[in-house]
Formats: sequence, C-alpha cells, structure tokens
Amino acid sequence: MTPDAHLTPVIQLRGLTKVYGHGAAAFTALRGIDLTIHRGEFVAIMGPSGSGKSTLMNLLGCLDSPTGGHYDYTGIAVEKLSLNQRSLLRRHAMGFIFQGYNLLPRTSALENVELPLLYRGVSRRDRRELAAQALDSVGLATKLKNTPAEMSGGQQQRVAIARAVVTNPSTLFADEPTGNLDSITTREVMELLTQLNHERGITILLVTHEDDVAAYSHRTIRVKDGLIDSDRLHTPSAA
Amino acid sequence: MILNAFLLALREIRRNRTRTLLTALGIIIGVSAVVSLVTLGGAAKEAVRGQISSLGSNLLIIRPGNGVGPRVSTAGVPLFTAQDVTIIGEQIYGIAGVAPVRSTSFNTIYRQHARRTAVTGTTDNYFAINNWQLAQGRLFDAADLRTGAAVCVLGDTVRRELFGDADPLGAKIRIGKTPCTVIGLLASKGQAGLGDQDDTIVVPMTTLQRRLVGQQSINDISQIAVSLREGSDPQATSADITRLLRERRNLQPNQENDFSVFDTRQIADTLGSSIAIMTALLSAVAAISLIVGGIGIMNIMLVAVTERTREIGIRLSIGATAQEVLLQFLVEAVTLSCVGGLIGLVLAFGATYGLAALTHLSFVFDPQINLIAFGFSAAIGVIFGFAPARRAARLDPVDALRHE
Ligand SMILES: Nc1ncnc2c1ncn2[C@@H]1O[C@H](COP(=O)(O)OP(=O)(O)OP(=O)(O)O)[C@@H](O)[C@H]1O
Ligand SMILES: [Mg+2]
Repeated sequence: MTPDAHLTPVIQLRGLTKVYGHGAAAFTALRGIDLTIHRGEFVAIMGPSGSGKSTLMNLLGCLDSPTGGHYDYTGIAVEKLSLNQRSLLRRHAMGFIFQGYNLLPRTSALENVELPLLYRGVSRRDRRELAAQALDSVGLATKLKNTPAEMSGGQQQRVAIARAVVTNPSTLFADEPTGNLDSITTREVMELLTQLNHERGITILLVTHEDDVAAYSHRTIRVKDGLIDSDRLHTPSAA
Repeated sequence: MILNAFLLALREIRRNRTRTLLTALGIIIGVSAVVSLVTLGGAAKEAVRGQISSLGSNLLIIRPGNGVGPRVSTAGVPLFTAQDVTIIGEQIYGIAGVAPVRSTSFNTIYRQHARRTAVTGTTDNYFAINNWQLAQGRLFDAADLRTGAAVCVLGDTVRRELFGDADPLGAKIRIGKTPCTVIGLLASKGQAGLGDQDDTIVVPMTTLQRRLVGQQSINDISQIAVSLREGSDPQATSADITRLLRERRNLQPNQENDFSVFDTRQIADTLGSSIAIMTALLSAVAAISLIVGGIGIMNIMLVAVTERTREIGIRLSIGATAQEVLLQFLVEAVTLSCVGGLIGLVLAFGATYGLAALTHLSFVFDPQINLIAFGFSAAIGVIFGFAPARRAARLDPVDALRHE
C-alpha cells in the first residue's frame, strides 16, 4: 500500500482487538489490527472461515464494541463513543449490507428503504421519493410494494443495498453480500457496488470468499487468525 | 421523534395482526370479565339493600313451627289465634303495631285475564307495619273488617297482569269464586332478592275467613307481623313475645318452642352478607380471568421477543438510537393495551347493562373496578411489551441481530 498525499484517511485502526466471552471461555477473535482506509477506496477483505472478517467488519461499522486498541473514523475516536453516539454515526455516515439481508419482515421494500431516512428526520414526501429512486437504481422499480417474503434472495439483497445507500453514506460495509447469490446475481450486485464507488465516491469495504468478487475491488486485505496477513493494491480486473 | 415513534408503532401494530389481536384479546377478556362480574355483584347487593329499606323499620314475623325453610314441618303445630294478636298488642312493650296474617293462593280473574296469586287476609294496620304505600284509591278500614266487606287492595304486579292499562278502581275481580271490588292499589316495592313482593292481593281478614275460605276457626292465623317502635330492641322484644306465647301455648319448660320469631332485618342482613360472599367469589373468579388474560399477554409478548429483538437489531444497525426504538415500543404497547382495555370496558358496560335490565337489577356503574381492571391489564401489556425492548435496545446491534 502506497499512501498518496492527496488521499484522506477515513478509517485508521491501531492495535484493534476483540475478545469474545470471559474467563476460560474467552476467545480472541482479533489480535491487534493496524489498518488505514482512504476515502473512495474499494477494499475486499478475504480470509479463511473463522479468521475474524465479520468481527472486523462489525467493529468498523460500529455495530460492535472493540475490546482494545484505537479506531479513528474521520477524526472521531469511535472506541470512546457511547452506544447512542455510535447509532448517530451509523445513521449519518455509514451503510451496512449483511449476508442475511436483515430486512424487516412483512414490510414492503419501499418502507424498508425509507426506514433510515425516517430516522434521519427526512420528510414523508422526500422519503418516498428518495426510497423509490434508490430502489429504481438497484433495478427494483416494479417491486416497491413487495415484502421480503415475496422476493428472491438477489432481490432482497438489492433492497438491502438500496437501504444502505439511500442515505448517501460516506462508507459502505458489506459482509459477504453475495454469499447467498448465484453468479449472475453476484455480478449484478458487484456492478452496482462498483458503480456506487465510482459515481458517488462511496468508500466500500467488502468481505468475500470469492476471488471473482474480490476482483471488483482495487485492494485486497487477507485476514488470518485475527491478524492481517497481507494487504495488496491491484487494478480492478472484472469491471 | 415522537411523531416518528407513533408512525412506526402504528405500522407495527397493523403489520402484526395476529399478535395484535391476541394481545388485545387477552386484555379485552380480562377487563370485561372482571368489570362485568364485579358490577353485577354490586347490582345484586344494591338490590338487597333496597329490599331491606322497603321492609320498613324493624319488623318481627312470628310463625308456627321451629326454624326456617320448607323442610320445617308445621303439621300438628297449632296456628295462632286472634286473641294472641290482641294480647301481643296489649302486653308487649316497644311495639308500634301488630297484624295477623293469613295467606292463601287463589286463582284471580278479571275478564279474560287470570293470575294465580297469594291473597293475604289481615287487618288495616298491616299496611303500615309492612311499609306499603298506597298508590291510588283507599285501603280497607275498621268498618270493612267488621263487616267482612268484599273489597281488596292489589299489588302492582297483579294490577298489571289483570288490568294492563285499564283502571282497576271500582272494578270487580273474582278471587276464587268470590267477586271482590278493587278499592286500592299499592305502590310498587320493586323486584329484588326476596322475590316479587308486588305479586299480592290484600283483603280484610274477615273477608278471607268468611267469604274466600268459607270457614272460620279460632286457630287460623298463620303468621303475626309486628313492627317495632323506633329505638326499641328487637332482641328484647322478641324474647318478650316468645315468653308470652310459650305461656299462651302451654309449653312446659322442657319443651321446645313450637313457633319462631324472625327479625326481618336480620334475615335481610344474612341475605346481604351471603350476596357479599358471592360477590367476593365472583371477584375472585374475575381476578383469575384477569390474571389468565395477563399471562396470555405475557406469553405472546415473550414469544415475540426473538423476532422483535432482531427487529431492534435491524433498526439499531441502520442508525436508530436506543431511545427511538424504546419510544416506538412504548407507544406500541400503550396503544395496544389501552385500546384493548377500552374495548373490554365497553363490552363489560354493554353486558352488565343488558343483564341488569334482563334481571330487573339496577345498573350501578362502579368507576373503581373499571379503573383497576383497566390499569392492571394495561400495565401488563405495557410492561411485557416494553421490557424485552428495553433489554434489546441496550445491546450492541450485532448482539441483537444474533439473538435466537
Ligand atoms: N459472539 C461470539 N462469541 C464468541 N465467539 C465468537 C462470536 N462471534 C465470533 N466468534 C468467534 O470469532 C472468530 C471470528 O469469527 P468471525 O465471524 O469474525 O469469522 P469470519 O472470518 O467472519 O468467518 P466466516 O468466513 O465463516 O464468516 C470465530 O472463531 C468465531 O467462532
Ligand atoms: Mg463472517
């Protein structure tokens, strides 16, 4: 990695650790991660199962509290924030895409995508419009009224993407977003993410097991046993 | 933020119809059961209280035989004589009036209307003793008594059954085979715990003896009614009467009484307290149904925890704060519980109102039980709707999402 002078760091980790459980059952999932991510990067995180990728993503996305170390997000010391402050940080700066979609059941696509806007205090009319636009941009303009149960996995994941980006976050975290999708849908989703990265300059961190998926990024970080094993810049080959 | 909480809460209520329905149902059943049962119990008690006051001030009833109820044998026990009545009036201290009573059941007929009813032969002071008010016409007097005039005074039920809207005064009805002129109408005492007191016809004792029954013996008074003066002691008076009657009936010291003196106030009190016991029992049943309803609510809420915890995780992960999530859940629980509670109250009101009308009880609205029942189930709804949310909203989003 060659940090360019004009690149602004978004994420800076210093010795970040995460220990699950207590006493004899304690398990150290992250054993001191040092990492810097710059604005506009598209980073793939890879590694064997159980190596700590999801743990790392959850910490980066402020969904979990680190055990030790320092996490600086655009100048904010995240490890010092309260639960509420982290909620607000997520609300205003971050989007999250899960392997399991995590959409609200029995709730239409439109309402699911509206939700983060609602918490941001966006007016009803703007909410409708922005949510519809976001769904349109992921190719679901005809599925606004459908509930998750009425959609395929790929469609649900696209709703989740629309929900993650409708607030125009500066950073997008995606934990195996294509884990449940076939190769064609995977390509659609990845092209969508690439487009968001290019057109809106959204910083993207993505966990994947597939080299094909990682190929869309320009930087691949390999995690092993709770530590960073390798960190390579490369040209996106699949785009 | 509050507006959002309302919006989200109402959405969730609409979305989860089954959960909404079951929760509300638990509250509705609990509230309506408690309120109806307690209200009806209260109405019954109120009716007995009314009955007590309609009996007038202390009234003693003297009957042949020992004890109360249909199983007491009066066969072979002598009735009372006119002399007994007179002597009680003369010798017992503290009584306001005394009247002989003899009742027989007759078929009564006016034109095409007929009714079998109790005909009471008595003297003119019977009305004052029993607290009967005259509604129309006149009561019979000493002259009627002396001559055994064919006159009668009707209770309100008999009047309604025989005459409907027609004017009974001066009309001739047939009691058994004997024509009798209606000279007066009694004001209704209302219907309540002791049966329909208005289902009665009162005639002069002499009329009953000579005209209706057609036989006269000295021993034919089946009951003596005694009213007490204000402030006199019913217990002492009934002891005096007992002593006097034992003497008159030649009872030896080793013989038991072959008659009984009842204090009607005491009977009414006994009745009142047994109704109070019944009300307490009903209340217990009602409280159980409230608790069962509450447990139902808890069940539903607890079953929903897993799903709801995930929901909270999702909301937190997309940037909701704990307070926002909690407010939404609070609004949801309060709305559901209150709407359920209100429906329960309305149902109970309708049910008790209808039942009261059907059973001729007066409907008494008891704000206290309404409040208690509503408060209790609303509290359960709120606590159990809200408690899981409280726990979940304090978690890191990943922990809430991971919940199983
Ligand atoms: N809540 C938890 N409690 C205890 N241990 C946990 C918990 N979450 C994760 N771990 C452990 O931490 C390690 C890292 O888990 P993590 O989910 O980060 O792996 P991963 O790299 O995402 O794996 P995968 O590729 O299978 O998703 C694993 O050994 C896992 O067992
Ligand atoms: Mg993982």
